[in-house]
Amino acid sequence: MTAAAQPQPSAMDRALLLGRRVLMSEYLILYLCIAMFVGLYLISPTVATPRNITNLLSNMWPLLVIAVGQTFVLIIAGIDLSQGAVVSLASVVGAAFVAQSANPIVFRKSPLWDVMLFQDGAILHDSVLGIPVAILAMLAVGLLIGAFNGVAVAFARIPPFMVTLVTSMFVAALAIYLVKSENIIDLPDEFALIGDDFGFFSIAMVIAIGVAVVAHLVLSRSIFGRWLYGIGNNPRAAVVSGVPVKKVIVATYVFSSFCAAAASIIYTARVQQGRPTLGEPLLLDIIAAVVIGGTSLAGGRGKIIWTVFGVIFLVLLGNALSLLNVPYFYIAIVKGSVILFAALLDVVRRRLALQQV
Amino acid sequence: MTDLILQFQGISKAFFGVPVLKGIDLDVERGTTVGLVGENGAGKSTLMNILGGVVPATAGRMLLNGEIFEPGDPRQADAAGIAFIHQELNLFTNLSIAENFFISDFPTMGRVPLLNRRDLNHRAREYLAMVDLHVSPDMPVERLAPGERQLVEVAKALSLDARIIIFDEPTTSLTARETDRLFELIGRLHEDGKTILYISHILGDVMRLSDAIAVLRDGNLVASGPREEFTIDRMISSMVGRDIGNLYPERSAAPTEDLMLEVRNLSKAGISHQINLKLHKGEVLGVFGLMGSGRSELAQIIFGLEDFDEGEVLINGVAADKLSPTRNIRGGMAFVTENRREEGLMMEATVADNLTIAALPNYTSRIVKRVRNSGLATAVKETVEILTIKVNDAFKNEVKGLSGGNQQKVVLGKWLMTEPSILIIDEPTRGVDVGAKYEIYEIIDQIAARGTAVLFISSEIEELTGMCDRIMVMGQGEVLGTFDRADFDTEAILRTAFREHVA
Repeated sequence: MTAAAQPQPSAMDRALLLGRRVLMSEYLILYLCIAMFVGLYLISPTVATPRNITNLLSNMWPLLVIAVGQTFVLIIAGIDLSQGAVVSLASVVGAAFVAQSANPIVFRKSPLWDVMLFQDGAILHDSVLGIPVAILAMLAVGLLIGAFNGVAVAFARIPPFMVTLVTSMFVAALAIYLVKSENIIDLPDEFALIGDDFGFFSIAMVIAIGVAVVAHLVLSRSIFGRWLYGIGNNPRAAVVSGVPVKKVIVATYVFSSFCAAAASIIYTARVQQGRPTLGEPLLLDIIAAVVIGGTSLAGGRGKIIWTVFGVIFLVLLGNALSLLNVPYFYIAIVKGSVILFAALLDVVRRRLALQQV
Repeated sequence: MTDLILQFQGISKAFFGVPVLKGIDLDVERGTTVGLVGENGAGKSTLMNILGGVVPATAGRMLLNGEIFEPGDPRQADAAGIAFIHQELNLFTNLSIAENFFISDFPTMGRVPLLNRRDLNHRAREYLAMVDLHVSPDMPVERLAPGERQLVEVAKALSLDARIIIFDEPTTSLTARETDRLFELIGRLHEDGKTILYISHILGDVMRLSDAIAVLRDGNLVASGPREEFTIDRMISSMVGRDIGNLYPERSAAPTEDLMLEVRNLSKAGISHQINLKLHKGEVLGVFGLMGSGRSELAQIIFGLEDFDEGEVLINGVAADKLSPTRNIRGGMAFVTENRREEGLMMEATVADNLTIAALPNYTSRIVKRVRNSGLATAVKETVEILTIKVNDAFKNEVKGLSGGNQQKVVLGKWLMTEPSILIIDEPTRGVDVGAKYEIYEIIDQIAARGTAVLFISSEIEELTGMCDRIMVMGQGEVLGTFDRADFDTEAILRTAFREHVA
C-alpha cells in the first residue's frame, strides 16, 4: 500500500526502514548484546578470552533458570519477589544435609545443631543418598514456598506484590535464623561438581538449557501456556471461558519458586557453601533480565527466548562493568539506567507497533 | 433564511491510508437537534472527533459561525463552545462532582494558588440545578449511578458555556427512567437554543429527539434532511444500503421436547427467589426483565460464576452438585456475557487467541497437554468464515481493533468452537449496529436449529419476540410469567415485567 505510493525509496528511506525493522525485531536485545560484546572487545579484548567466556556462561546459567520462573509469573500479571529468599533458604537447607563438617563454636546456637548439623558433619554427610536427598529437599523448599504464594494470591486474593514481599521477608529471615547468620562450609566435592566448568560445558548448563527448553515448550505449545497468556490478558474473561484460573495461578507460583530452588542448587554448588544471604542481591537482576527481554510487567506478553536475551544482556553488562573496573556504586547507577532505557524502549516499540496496524 | 452555526465542507479523514470519511458536506442550523446515525464504523465518531478537536481532518474544512474552525486539541474545541459527551464517560470517578467541573480551571483564593472551596461548590450547585440533579457537589463521582454521571457530564458542558453539545451513544448504560430524564434535559437544552448533535443506534430515540437527521455509511453522507422526511425504515435502509425486509430471520427449526437444562426452586438471598425454568433442545427461551430484575444474575448462577443458597440445576437431567464454569463448559454449556470488554474478551490478544481459549481442551493431547495447532488453526479459519468476522489476519490482529459487532461475533465464535449443547446469551446485540444485529440473530437461529438449547437474555423486548419460542419475564429476582410464541404481546409482557411497579 505505502510501497506503491513511494515507487523509489531513497537511501535515507531505506535506512529508516531498516532501522525500524531492527527496532521492531524480536531479536533487538540480542543485536544489542552483540554490539555490546564487539564494542567491549575493541576497548578491552579480555572479554573474548576463553576464560572470560567461561565466566560469562557460568554466570548466565543460574540466572536463566531463575528468570524463566519469573517470566511465567510476569505473564500472568503477577510478580515474585520471594525468589531471592528461596535461593537463600534452599541453600542453607541443602547444605544442612551434606556438609562434611561443622564448627561447634559457630553453630552451637543454631536450631539445627545436634538435629541436622553435628561436629563430624551434617546428618547425611557420609550417605550415598546425601546429595540426592539434599537436592530434593532444596526443590521441596521451593515447591512449598511457591504453593504458599500461589494459594495466597489465587484463593485469598492478596495482591502478589504483598504476598511475595512478605514471604520474601519471612523466608530470608528463616534462612538466617536457621544458621544464625553463618555459612555452612565444607560441602562435598561431588556437590560442587554441579557448579564446576569443564571448558564451556557444565552441569549447570544442562540444567539451565533443560529448564528453558521445557518452559519454552510449555509456553508455546501447551494448553497451560495459552492459559497463562489468557489470565495475564483478562483474568475475568479467562474464568468465564472455563480456564481453571486458580489452579493455574498456584502452579505458576510453584514453578517460579521451583526455578529459584533449582538455581539455588547451582549457586550453592558454585560457592560450595550453604549461605543464608545467597539470594539477597539477585532480585533486581532477575526482574531486570526478564523485563529487558521484553516481557511485560502488565501481563499477557512474554517469551522464554526474550528472557534468554535479557539474561545474556544483563550478564554481559555486569561483565563489561567489572572489566572496565567501574566502582561498585557506579555499577548500580549504570544498571538502573539500563533498566530505565529498556522500559523506554518497550514504550517506543509498542507505539511503533500500533502505528503499523 | 437559515442561520448556520456549523458547516462541514468536504471533510475527509484517513487512518494509515484507509479512508474513514470521504468528503462529508453537512450544514447544521443554530438551535436544532441533529440526529446522526450509521452502522459501527460508518464514521460518525470520527466526524465528531474532528469537530471536538480529538483528531485533525485529512482534507476539507469546518466553519463555525461562518468562520474557519480548526481545533488543534480538545481544549480549543471547549473554548469554542463545543462540548463532547463521550460514549465512555470522561469523569474522574475518584474526585467530587465539583472538582470534575473545574478540573481545568479551579477557582482559587484570589492570587493564592489554593482552592476556593466555597466558590467551587457554590458554582457547581448552580450547574447541577440546571440539569435537575440534586446531589451535593462534594459527592465523589464513583457513588453516582451511570445516568447521574451522564447528567454531571452535561452540567460540566454547561459550565463551559457550550453552545454545541455532542452526545455519543449517551443511553447505552442508562436505565429506562434515566434515559427519560436525559431526554427531558435534552429537550430543555433545545428550548434554551443549544445546538445538539445526537448519535445513537436506537433509531426510535433519534426520531423522537431530532429536528434533522443525517445518515452516514462507509464514510459517506448518504441521506440528510428534516426529520419529517424520515421513517425508521428509511433510516435503516440508508444505513445498510439495502432494504432489510425483516429485522429478524425466520426461525428455521422448531424446538423439541428433550429437556436440556432445568432449574428447580433456585434461590439466593436478595438476588433470586424460587426460580424454575425448563429449557429444551433446539429451543430459544427468552428472559426479559428490567434493570435489577435478576436476569443476568440468574445466568451467572447457572453458569457457576456465582453461588446460590437453595435449589437445583439439572444439566441433561443430571443434578449438578457444584457448578463451575470449567465443569459446565465440559458439560456442554456456553455463556456469552453481557460485558464483552470485561468478561468476554481479552482485548489485547489476537482474534485467534480469543476464539480458541474456551475450546482449547478439545484440541489438546491427553498426556503432555500439547495444543494441536494445525487443527486449531483450521477451526479458527472456519469460524471466522462462518461468522463473517471482518479481520485481516485472525492470527495477528488484536480484538481491540475490531468494531463492536465483530467483537461480539468473536465472543459468539469462541463458544461455537466448543460446540455447546446449552448456550446462554446475555444482551448479545448491545452496542452492535443494525446489520451486525441481523447476522447475530441468524447465528442464534442456526445454533438452535442444530439442536442447541438457547437461553436468550435481553432488555430489548422486540428482539425477544422476534427470536424466541417462549419468553420468561423476571422481576425482582422472581419469575413473573411465561409467554408462548403464539401469545407474544409486547404490551402484556411489559405489563408483567412492571407488575411490581404498577401495583
